[in-house]
Amino acid sequence: MFNIYEELNDTHIDVLREIGNIGAGNAATALADILDDRVEISIPIVRVTDFDTAVNALGGAESMTVGVMLNYYGDANGMIMFLINMDDAKLVMKILLQGYGEEDENEITEMKLSAIKEIGNILGSSYIGSIATLTGLQIELSIPYVAIDMAGALMSVPIIEFGAVGDKVMFIEESFSGREHNLKSNVVMFAQVDTLRIIMERLGIGI
Amino acid sequence: MSQQRTVGISDFVAAKGPDILVTYALGSCVGICLYDSKLQIGGLSHIMLPDSNQFSKNEINRMKFADTAIADLVSDMRRLGADMRRITAKIAGGAKMFQTQPGSQIGSIGDRNVDSVKQVLKDLHIPLTAEDTRQNYGRTIHFYLGTGIMKVSSLNRGTTEY
Repeated sequence: MFNIYEELNDTHIDVLREIGNIGAGNAATALADILDDRVEISIPIVRVTDFDTAVNALGGAESMTVGVMLNYYGDANGMIMFLINMDDAKLVMKILLQGYGEEDENEITEMKLSAIKEIGNILGSSYIGSIATLTGLQIELSIPYVAIDMAGALMSVPIIEFGAVGDKVMFIEESFSGREHNLKSNVVMFAQVDTLRIIMERLGIGI
Repeated sequence: MSQQRTVGISDFVAAKGPDILVTYALGSCVGICLYDSKLQIGGLSHIMLPDSNQFSKNEINRMKFADTAIADLVSDMRRLGADMRRITAKIAGGAKMFQTQPGSQIGSIGDRNVDSVKQVLKDLHIPLTAEDTRQNYGRTIHFYLGTGIMKVSSLNRGTTEY
C-alpha cells in the first residue's frame, strides 16, 4: 500500500506509457495550433522512477528550470508538473511572442510567464484529459502556477504533497520538434495511492 | 584534508571538521545544521515533512520528518562525542515555491516545516543561532564543519554566510 509504485508491473507501466502517449498526442495538436507550426512529438519515454533520477534527468538539482504546476481533483487526485529548462523555455517564449515587442531574450516579463504558464496548462490538460477519457473519471484541474528556480526545489513540491506514495514519480520525457526548433520537456505526474488504483481498476487491470 | 559529503532529500549525515556537508535545492524542505563548536562535530539533516505522528511507526523513513530526523541526528553526533549542552542550530529552507491561491492547502508545507523544526529544537533545548527561511525560492546549503559556517546560496539572490 505504502509503496504502490513498486507494485506496478510491466503491464501497468505500459498502460501509464500509453496514457502518456495519448496525452502527448493531444498536447502536440494543441501546441501546433498555438505555435502556428507543425509540432511533432517523439514517443514519450515514460519512467516510474525515484526523485534523484528524475532530478538528474532535468539537468541536476540546481539547474535553472521553469515549472508549471497544476492540481487535479475530483475522482482522481494528484499533481501534474510541466518542467522545461531555462534555455528551452526562452525559445518557447520567443516563438510564442514574436512581434509583441518582447525581443529581449533574457528578460522574463509577465507576458512571457503567462505564455509559458499557458503551455503548461495545455500539456497538463492534455494528460489529465486523456486519463479522464480513458477511465470515465470526472477530473477537475486547478489554474496553473508557475515558478522559475532550481529543478530540485520545484520537484520537491509535489513529492512532499504526495510523499506518502513511496517517493516514486511518473516521469514523462518528450521531445517536441517544429520546423526550426527542437525542445525537450518533461511532465511529472504524481497521483495519490487511491487514484493510481482507481485508474488501473477502471482500465481493467487492478493492482 | 576536508571531504565534501552530500546529504540527499530525507537524509542526514553527522561528521567532524574540516568536512563540508552539502544539501542541494531545498524548496519547502528544511535543512538543519547542528554543531558542537568545541569539538567541530556537526550534522546536516534535510527533512521533507513536519512530523511523523500521522504515519504508522514501522513504515516511516525517520530521516524524512523533523521530529524523528533531528532526534536521530543528535544521537549520531553524540556517538561521535558531541556534548548535548553545546549543540547549536542554524536552519534554512521552508520556502513556498508556487504562489498558490490564498486558502489553498497546497503550499503551506514550508511554513509548517519551519515551525515544526523550531519546536523540535526548542523541546531538545538546542538554541537556534541563525535562519534563512520561508519566502519563495530554492536554497542550497554548504555547512563547513571546520568553522560552523552555514553558506546558503540561491539562483537569484546570491550567497549568504551565517
